[in-house]
Order: sequence, then structure tokens, then C-alpha cells
Amino acid sequence: MPVLEGKELRIVGFLCNWCSYGGADTAGVGRFAQPTDLRIIKLPCTGRVNPLFVVRAFLNGADGVLVSGCHPGDCHYTAGNYYARRRLEVLRELLDVMGINPERFHYTWVSASEGQKWKQVVSDFTARIHALGPAATFTGCPAVTGQIGAAVEIGGIGETGETGMKAAG
Amino acid sequence: MNIGVFVCHCGSNIAGTVDTEQVAAAARRFPDVAFATDTMYACSEPGQAGIIQAIHEYGLDGIVVASCTPRMHEATFRKTLERAGINKYLFEMANIREHVSWIGKDKKANTNKATDLVQMAVAKLRNNSELHAGEFEINKRVMVIGGGVAGIQAALDCADGGLQVILVERESTIGGKMAKLDKTFPTVDCSSCILGPRMVDVAQHPNITLYAMSEVESVNGFVGNFDVSIRKKATYVDWDACTGCGQCMEKCPSKKAEDRFNEGVGTTTAINIPFPQAIPKKAVIDPQACIMLTKGKCGACAKLCPTQAIRFEQRDELVQEQVGAIIAATGYDLFDHTLYGEYGGGRYPDVITSIQYERLLSASGPTGGHIKRPSDGKEPRNIVFIQCVGSRDPSVNRPYCSGFCCMYTAKQAILTKDHIPDSQSYVFYMDIRSPGKLYDEFTRRAMEEYGARYIRGRVSTIQPRNGHYVVKGADTIMGSQVEIDADLVVLAVGAEAAKGAGALAEKLRISYDGYGFFMEGHPKLKPVETNTAGVYLAGSCQGPKDIPASVAQGSAAASKVQALFSKDKLASDPQVSGVAMQRCVGCGKCESTCPFGAIEMTEFRGMPKASVVETVCQGCGVCAVTCPQGAIQLQHFTDNQILAEVNALCPY
Repeated sequence: MPVLEGKELRIVGFLCNWCSYGGADTAGVGRFAQPTDLRIIKLPCTGRVNPLFVVRAFLNGADGVLVSGCHPGDCHYTAGNYYARRRLEVLRELLDVMGINPERFHYTWVSASEGQKWKQVVSDFTARIHALGPAATFTGCPAVTGQIGAAVEIGGIGETGETGMKAAG
Repeated sequence: MNIGVFVCHCGSNIAGTVDTEQVAAAARRFPDVAFATDTMYACSEPGQAGIIQAIHEYGLDGIVVASCTPRMHEATFRKTLERAGINKYLFEMANIREHVSWIGKDKKANTNKATDLVQMAVAKLRNNSELHAGEFEINKRVMVIGGGVAGIQAALDCADGGLQVILVERESTIGGKMAKLDKTFPTVDCSSCILGPRMVDVAQHPNITLYAMSEVESVNGFVGNFDVSIRKKATYVDWDACTGCGQCMEKCPSKKAEDRFNEGVGTTTAINIPFPQAIPKKAVIDPQACIMLTKGKCGACAKLCPTQAIRFEQRDELVQEQVGAIIAATGYDLFDHTLYGEYGGGRYPDVITSIQYERLLSASGPTGGHIKRPSDGKEPRNIVFIQCVGSRDPSVNRPYCSGFCCMYTAKQAILTKDHIPDSQSYVFYMDIRSPGKLYDEFTRRAMEEYGARYIRGRVSTIQPRNGHYVVKGADTIMGSQVEIDADLVVLAVGAEAAKGAGALAEKLRISYDGYGFFMEGHPKLKPVETNTAGVYLAGSCQGPKDIPASVAQGSAAASKVQALFSKDKLASDPQVSGVAMQRCVGCGKCESTCPFGAIEMTEFRGMPKASVVETVCQGCGVCAVTCPQGAIQLQHFTDNQILAEVNALCPY
């Protein structure tokens, strides 16, 4: 069920093992149809998500990055998702500076039983990324290489003009 | 590295929407992949034999299986690797069933996605290293928190199996909710007659240490080696001296103390033994009601006590215990019905809760087993029972079914008829939920033999009129309004999480749901485990349960502890953090962020260095992100392993 017929975008998901990965499994067991763009990387906890992993994914050409963990209060490791929330909130503030549209990044909380919610998160985020279209590529510094595509995104003329901060689910 | 890739069909579960052959063909082109094939059922015995054969035949030293979720079969395949003689951490799974074949029907997109997932798994595996589990000693003692029927069962089963048990109970006696019930459904057995002997067993068992009037203060450590601090609350009575004779209760001049055992039906004395069968049968002084403790004079009990057991100067005391496993059996509390303004919100004296009614029915209760209205002490004729008060009602944030109210209401309707033969019971219900053994027959008996009138519908208001209560509601089967003149209204209040459940869960480091009930390890397959190793659940702390289900869980939790303790040493999980000494600058950030206190600062040649206590580390990886030097890494989830997956997915 690709959002754009025949065309996928590259969306990376960093999921905690205990809640959100389980939620994605629950969605699968429930046969809740979802867009196919997302590729999931399993981590023990969202507290393991180094914000630089997200940045690396974007620099390497990801069109969207999604982080999902246990609901606040439900962390398997008691506090990992609180650390994640602080780090990722700071990251989102900084993405714009790095020339990455913060709309392309989202973090949320989905429990292992919330298969239906997971489907919704994936569908909504995939639709958002498809609305934004493919991300501009980063190959070297745009000021030096003069790549127009990258310059547009970094220069704040294109997508960065619409960078509304959406509250995380 | 020589990597083998096995792409599972899972019958048609995967092969139906993923071209597994093509995925395997694509996998052969990934770096280090020496062998790739598709297989019918990788987890089956021939499937696993195929993996072992390929390992030997092609000299494989790393395996990727693309099949179901690793939460299902990772452990299975790791054992397969061990049998083939290679380290079980040189293994990765690509989840192409739950995350691919089951969520989309587009075979081309699915095949493409499955190939990507295999590529990521291969990329990670190339960065894996052999990990070896350590061993540690276990302390074969168990702590049971909560002395209700589930906790009693768990404690007795563990103790009978030869384990030393510490039973911690918040109240001054064990017995829990079951001790307050008059009879039990569907057999109409006397509740305290069947529970009483079990309570005595607890008191007399040589392997059980009972801490009543005690709460868990803190829990440290890990499976096999928990350090527990227990707060023994002040009872103002020396329990070693108290014989439970009860003379103090007779002479205590303060008779307006809250009677918690009788759920506020009547009052009791400030010094009190909750009920005759209490275990331990020891007196406790309520400091709020005691004249000596509030005003500084009286001391009638102290003068009278034949063993001089009264200690007005007693204070709380902390006791330390070491255990290897913990069973939480903290039960439930009843819904606060005052949230329902339409039922009077607690203002009408003759609108009572089901458990208060239970105390009125009980021969050991405040009325000696005679049903008397709280307002005037008269025997009621018309009694209305209202079901689902605080159950299945999203407007009060209780959307779940409490599960046992339908049954206890039927029992109370039957007992009402036994007590007052010319009475008439009315039951307002939403549905009758009676799925247990002999349960449906029992509710039918209430209607057919005992003449309880069941009305399907909700009550809209209760209004007092001339010493009676007019109960107005809808009969949704007849499609009509109903008005009943009631002498007594009994609200079938639902169950909610015990007070303080969340705080206890945080001490135990277990999860709890939005209502405060503790989360089991798996809703189907791990009903009494938690996600914290060595901590188990029994009874209603996990969700509302009736007595047989609570007892079954108590035994189940005990059997899990017995299985855990059947080994003398436990293997530690090697997926923990490790410090690269040369890189560590000793800043201590990891020490301050670790949620488990698993990092200690040590000294190496005069320099401060972080060091991981491997048995305490739970493997969350919070430290690895905190470290400004990249010196501390979570084994099996190192920066290089995760970035290899990112790079495989986003290659430019």
C-alpha cells in the first residue's frame, strides 16, 4: 500500500525493543495494512538513540526518520524514554540549523498493545513525508559544490519555510 | 566473515506476499554472504537441521534468518547456532513477517523491503562480536508482597517447596479482600472457613517469615540478588508480648476509630484486632484515634494488658532482607462510588457498596450477620443492586470489566433471600458476564430459584423519599421506564489498582498500565512474569480477578520461582555496557545517567575511570549515548553496529 503508486521514499525507524517494536509486531499480527516505505532498526530502548544516528540517516539520504518508544512512565528501563525525549527535543530544534527540515523527523510513544495506533503513526508519518517529497541530497558542502537542490533546502527558501513545530504524539 | 542467509516461507505467511527466492538471490550479492537460501519453515526441526548442515558444509560463522519477529524465535535460532558450535550472538534476524508480509499485499514492494531488511541484518552481523555469558550465585529466598489469597497461595507453594519465604503485608493481618467476604460463589462456601486454615498454615510454616503492618521501602539489586528494605510500621504494641487476648479492646474508651476491616460499617476501638481469625492475631493502635497518642492521657490498655505489651513510644523500623526473587501480589482496591452523583455520591446512608453489604451479611460482621439498614437499623424488604459501578464506564475512566461483580451480585441476591425470606431483590445490569465453571448456572439460580428480578438497563437517579429510595432506571428489554421503591441500594463497585501500586511498580522497576495494574511479560504466554527478571505477579495486581484465578496465579508464580531457583547459578546476559579504558576520560556522566546505578567510578593509574557492574547493568544503552568520548558501548548494540544498519539502508 505505497502512498505514491509505485514510488517509495526512504523512511528509517528507530524503535525500542519492548514497546514500539512490539506494537509494530502487534500491528502485523492484526494484519493492519501499512505503507511499505518504513524500515525499522531495533534498539533496546529509545535511550539508546544517539541523536547523531538520526542526523547520520538524514545525511545519508533518508527522507524521514521516526523514533518510537514506550509511553512516558512505562519504560522497561524506567527512565530511558525520558532521556530520549530530552535529547530528541533538542535535536529537533537543531535540525533546521543543519539544513534538515524538522518536519521530516518525528518521535512518538506506542506501546506493545497499540497495534492500531502504530498503523496510524506509520500511515500519518509516511503521508507527511510523501507530501514533503524526496529530501535533497547532501553531497559535500552546498556552498562549495553549489548544488542547487541542497542549497534550496539549507537556504530556507523551500521546505524550511514551512517548519511548524508539531507536538509529538 | 562467512555469512549464511535463510529466508523463511513460513508456509504462505511470508511466501504469499514476498518472493523469498528472489530475496535469497539478492542476499547472495551482499558482502560476506557465502550462502543464501529460502526455506519452508526455518524454525521447524528440519529447518534448523538445514541451518546446522549449511554451517558445517560452507564453514559459516554468522547467520541471518529472515522470518518472523525476533521476539518470537530469536532464542530458538540462537540455540541452533550453539548446537552447530558457533557463538549465539553471531546471529541476526530480519523481521519479514510482522513487519512486511502481514502488513502489505504488494509483492514487489514487500520483496524489495524484505531484501532491505536482510541487507541491514547482514550489515549489522558483520560488526557483531562473540559474547560470552558470565555466571553469578543466586540467593534462594523469595519475597511475596501482599498477603491476600494470591500471596498466601504463592507463599505456601514456595515454602512447601523448601524455599525461605518473606511475606510482607501492609495491613495488620493477612487475608486480604477474601477475608472480608461472607460467602464465595458459586459454591456458597463460607469464605473465612476456607481461607482461615490457609492463613494458619502461613503463621505456622517454618519456612515463612511474616511481616504484617509492613511495606516495601526500597528494592535494589537484580534477579537472584535483591536487597530489600522493609518498613515495619509502628503498631504501638510489642507483638512478641501480645497474646491477642483482646482485653484491651473491651476497655478502650475511644470507640470511634475507623473500622477498615468492616469497610466503615460502624466504628471500632482505637486499639484493635481486626477480626477473630486475624493472622497474626495481634493488637494495633490507631494513632489518629488513640487518646494517649493524641492528647497524652488515658493509657487504659497499658494498665490492663496482662503481658504489658503496650509501647506508646514505638516508632517505624526498617529491616533489611536479601532475596533472589519477588512475587508482587498486592491485589486491588474498590472503586470510589462517590464519583457517581446520580447514585447520591456517598450522601445517602442506605446506598452502600457491595463489600459493605458483604460485611452486613457476615456473621462476624458489625451486625452479627443480620441485614440492617445503616440509617435506622431496620431490616430492608426491597433491595436494589446496581451493576457496573465503576466498570465498563469510560466516563469515569474505567472502561474495563472488573469480571467478578456479576457473580458476587448473584451471590448477594441469593444470600439476601436466605437471610430475609420475604425480601425482593432487583438487579440492574448491562450484561451478565459469568464465563467460569458453574458460574452461569449460578446466576440462573439467583433468578429462577431465588426470584431475583434482573432488569437490563442503567439507573439514572436515586432519590430519597420518606425513608425510602426511589430508584429510577430504564428497562432496555421492555423499552420502558422502571421505578422501584428501595429500602437499601447496593452498588456493585468495580476493581481498580491498589493504592500505591504505581509507586511499588517503580520500586520493583516493573511496568504498569494506564490504570495502575502491573504489566505481565506477555498477555498470552507470560501471564505471571514481568519484564524485570526475577519479579513475578500473582492475583489482581495484574488486573481484576476472582478467587480461583488469583489462586491459580499464586501457584503459577510460585512454580516460576521454583524453576528459577532450580539452578545454583544464573547466566548473566552479556548484552551489557562495557568501557574502553583508553578512551574514558572519567567525567562520570555515565554514572549519573544510569537508571540502575550499574556504573561505578574506579581509579586506574591515578586516573578516574568508569566501570560497569555487569550483573546490575540491564542493557538499555543510555550511558552509551551520554558518553562524550564514545568510550562506553552497549555490547551487541554498539554505535558501529547501529550505524552499519543506517548505512546499509541509506547508502549515500
